[in-house]
Amino acid sequence: MTDNNHTLIEVRNLTKHFPVGAGIFGVGDEVIRAVDGVSLTIRQGETFGLVGESGCGKSTTGRCILRLIEPTSGEVFYRGDDLLAASSNELRRLRRDMQIIFQDPYSSLNPRMTVGQIVEEPLTIHRTADKRERRARVDELLGLVGLEPEHSGRYPHEFSGGQRQRIGIARALALNPKFIVCDEPVSALDVSVQAQVVNLLQDLQERLGLTYLFISHGLSVVEHISTRVGIMYLGKLVEVASSSEIFHNPLHPYTRALLSAIPVPDPDYRRERVSLPGDVPTAIAPPSGCRFRTRCPIAEPECALEEPQLVEVAAGHLVACRLVASDDQTE
Amino acid sequence: MTDNILEVRHLSTHFFTRAGHVKAADDVSFDIKTGSTLALVGESGSGKSVTSLSIMRLVRPPGKIVAGEILFGGRDLMDLDDQRMRRLRGSEIAMIFQDPMTSLNPVYTVGDQIAEAIELHERLPRKQSWTRAVEMMKRVKIPDAERRASDYPHQLSGGMRQRVMIAMALSCKPSLLIADEPTTALDVTIQAEILELLRSLRDDFNLSMLLITHDLGVVAETADRVAVMYAGRIVEEAPVHDLFHNPRHPYSEGLLRSVPRLTKEGLKLRRLETIAGTVPSLLHLPAGCKFAPRCDYVIDECTAHEPELLEAGAGHRARCIRSDRIGDESAKRKI
Repeated sequence: MTDNNHTLIEVRNLTKHFPVGAGIFGVGDEVIRAVDGVSLTIRQGETFGLVGESGCGKSTTGRCILRLIEPTSGEVFYRGDDLLAASSNELRRLRRDMQIIFQDPYSSLNPRMTVGQIVEEPLTIHRTADKRERRARVDELLGLVGLEPEHSGRYPHEFSGGQRQRIGIARALALNPKFIVCDEPVSALDVSVQAQVVNLLQDLQERLGLTYLFISHGLSVVEHISTRVGIMYLGKLVEVASSSEIFHNPLHPYTRALLSAIPVPDPDYRRERVSLPGDVPTAIAPPSGCRFRTRCPIAEPECALEEPQLVEVAAGHLVACRLVASDDQTE
Repeated sequence: MTDNILEVRHLSTHFFTRAGHVKAADDVSFDIKTGSTLALVGESGSGKSVTSLSIMRLVRPPGKIVAGEILFGGRDLMDLDDQRMRRLRGSEIAMIFQDPMTSLNPVYTVGDQIAEAIELHERLPRKQSWTRAVEMMKRVKIPDAERRASDYPHQLSGGMRQRVMIAMALSCKPSLLIADEPTTALDVTIQAEILELLRSLRDDFNLSMLLITHDLGVVAETADRVAVMYAGRIVEEAPVHDLFHNPRHPYSEGLLRSVPRLTKEGLKLRRLETIAGTVPSLLHLPAGCKFAPRCDYVIDECTAHEPELLEAGAGHRARCIRSDRIGDESAKRKI
């Protein structure tokens, strides 16, 4: 799809801790370790899929990369520019290049603004172009996402979920961004509408040379749209590989369990399901060593001792599991 | 004595709103054989939830069941007065909903909520109801049930709450369970556990189930028969294998094709198949076949009158006059 191998986004040791309410006597210093040391790179033109279940930190990671939430520590580079060190003026300039599409097409559009006003807003804020040019651009953007110019006079509630998501996409494209964080963009939509929006995102990527961070818990959609995929569990990345490697050769026990749990739309399909006992542990006090060990089917006592790092066990395939890493070394 | 636990005949539930007369469910008929699971599949606005609420007679104004029979164990539920219907709900027919957080009362412990159903329907004293409640919690594999019965809903995870809902629903040993999107709000690994639980309980309790969902993967794993709904009508009904491998309605075919599925290595599709257009507003339904405006197989006759559900195979019906040509590329209209 792209022959440009430049790194667009580089994330190093990103952490975000949320304080849990202060104790009655002001003593509480517990934190929710929502993102706890995430590092990844996203290359220009690719789609990096970030997958995980509720509470794993994927949405928080996406927002930290854009500095919609201020990270607790770590570094984020956009084309070599240090985003976390940027002043508010620099950040505003860089933000033209980096946009977000939200999950909920109902709460992400201001109900008191017309579609035209919503899509125009980024242009107004960044003071690009005069009124006439902005209107023309709005019409162009609506066309790009499969809507009509006359839709710009209507209000969000007059549209279906899928159409509202398209409006959100049009808004995200207004400033010609290079990078878009898609935060669960299709999860709230009906199946047939999901397909339309996914196709639209892919078409736009090709036409406009976009790079995506695609956050989702919908594994099949992620496999379809992503070039590379990262699996998160309790604030950390446990496996990173190309889309086909992750889905056809998953190595981390959590990834395997996750994949085996996806219901397949084929009544004849029989698969070995890996059962995960219990619930995800609390992000306030995650298990020592490997966080997944309390639910892991192959955990050993040694797994509690040291947190496993992401290690490259095959070309471009990283896994954070001491058992998988050691298997590889003995071969 | 029939071997169908539920027979729905020409059920129509309409909503009389200020914006207009909405036929949310129209002329819906299906049977559920005792011990089997029927999945009611459809997207937003298809009428599947309204249908399930109608069976439980939980439809409130401006909605009203305007026609039809709901035969449960041979009895027409439409003939029952409120009191008798209340006795039936929770004891013989139970329902679980999508979002366990909003269906559980936040100010009562989960044990109390399960016990309440038992107390009301089986008239057992408090202590015995509580014991039964804890037993049910163990049955649905809630760990440390004795202690957790005293927890409040907010202290439990989504998956645990759904297990509590299931425990509550099954506490009085119903013969029919209506599950409305029971796993949609749950993570995929938890979903798998809950579906596994429902399957094993179904066997243990010889439970019949009406499963409402939009997730075709869940349908494939759980259902014996499937009924597909579109714009308030059933458009196809078939055994699960037949629906997935041999759909006879263009909408079912389109739906199956637009589901992204993990692809065989190397066969990754460039684009997902879609169904052109969008679901029509129930206030402005097209004349003739409701799916015609989006259909690849449409011919002139389709917009003339709405087709009946026609036989399309053994135990297989489809609301399409061209059902025998579905899947045949040459039958599609040229764009």
